[in-house]
Amino acid sequence: MTIFAPSKPAKRTAYTPSNALVPEILAGIIPAVSRMISRAEAGYSEASEALAQIYRHTGKAHIVGITGVPGAGKSTLVSSLIKAFASEGNKVGVVAVDPSSPFSGGAILGDRVRMSDAAASCGAFVRSMATRGHLGGLARATLQAVDVLDAAGYSPILVETVGVGQDEVEVVTAAHTIVVLSAPGLGDDIQAIKAGILEIADIHAVSKSDRPEAAAMVAALRGMMGLGAGKANSIWTPPVLAVSSVSGERLGDLKDAIVKHRAHLEASGELAGRQRNISKTRILATARHLFQHKFDEKADELERHIQAVVNREIDPSAAASLLLGWKGEGTRP
Amino acid sequence: MTRAGMTDQKAKTEIEASAPGSIRVLVAKLGLDGHDRGAKVVARILRDAGMEVVYTGLYKSPDEVVGAAIQEDVDVIGVSLLSGSHVPLFRELGRCLREQKAEHIFVVAGGVIPERDYAALWESGVDAIVPQEARADLIVTTIRDLIIARGRI
Repeated sequence: MTIFAPSKPAKRTAYTPSNALVPEILAGIIPAVSRMISRAEAGYSEASEALAQIYRHTGKAHIVGITGVPGAGKSTLVSSLIKAFASEGNKVGVVAVDPSSPFSGGAILGDRVRMSDAAASCGAFVRSMATRGHLGGLARATLQAVDVLDAAGYSPILVETVGVGQDEVEVVTAAHTIVVLSAPGLGDDIQAIKAGILEIADIHAVSKSDRPEAAAMVAALRGMMGLGAGKANSIWTPPVLAVSSVSGERLGDLKDAIVKHRAHLEASGELAGRQRNISKTRILATARHLFQHKFDEKADELERHIQAVVNREIDPSAAASLLLGWKGEGTRP
Repeated sequence: MTRAGMTDQKAKTEIEASAPGSIRVLVAKLGLDGHDRGAKVVARILRDAGMEVVYTGLYKSPDEVVGAAIQEDVDVIGVSLLSGSHVPLFRELGRCLREQKAEHIFVVAGGVIPERDYAALWESGVDAIVPQEARADLIVTTIRDLIIARGRI
């Protein structure tokens, strides 16, 4: 039997309207920042006006995506990067994404285990976020959280994706600089020339360089670069850096490479293109989300269409047109 | 579905109505207490009940835990203590919560806590104590009851 505290006053704090949080966020007050992120995550309609105000104050931060396979060492690396950036007086923000359970909706957010020392000693803001069913490596509200941190004056903002496979490259439309972290001993040079995650890197990092297999991984990645990889229309050649959070080896170089990439984006004019890309993806992703919401409201109609498709009365494409309210079964406008 | 499972579902729906989004819990280990098997089991139980659980790792100070709880905007701090130093550590945790104006966060204590220390813990601001012999679902209902009573913030 649980024992509750005797006769405690209810811990009911008044609900602070989201608009009232905005000035506090712009002043960098931490509880306001974290509360607004929660509301963005929960999708409170009450918060949408405040988020719109916040958005007008964004665009100053350098957003850095950190991605890689599960267990590559992303959180440990982020922890080291927090220290490296903070030591130069930067106010570092972190959004670390971990997966939600597809069954219960719950999540264990363990990224903080590796980061709490850095967060406490460096004045960094670290927020763990569950995907809540969103695929692609980020959560639906990750970029809104980044907006809030940006408006609160954090830069750089490190976005750590969930442990990804070969194809979760959503972070590329979220960040200015992408660091792909590879772990040694996870495959040969064929893995390195496959399409997908490795192609999106602005900077390649190989973790655990204190291990003997790391050199082979670096060689495989360099080999891939030698075949003319890297993004089209860019003069930037992604460096390959073997780092070790145990010994601290080359972590400073990685930090410098991130800073250098930002300078390159600004000098070459590529930054504008990336900003456009980020904006475009956000609009489309939000539109898709709103659409999805509409379908949730049409559950009964959907149920009828499902039965009709199961009975072979109409085909799935016609049912989709009906669901969208387009006239004429099976025809697209 | 079992009877217990159905009430479980009902409680969950009620919470979603009063506070959209997930319940967030910070599971913390305070001080020099290196045994976190229990904390990990609790984290897993809460995950399976649909909550989002942030785990701090071992050897945290009360100040660090409160700082993390504020950044993560959790509803509850769950502390498992087996070291016998619960009285001073919860006192310090309560002090940090007051100092950082985070008293809206519930504190739930678990682990090895003898009854004679309960009064000291209430005084420190602990909201509920889940004794070590408690069943898994009791931890879940304890947290849900606290959140339902509070409403959304």
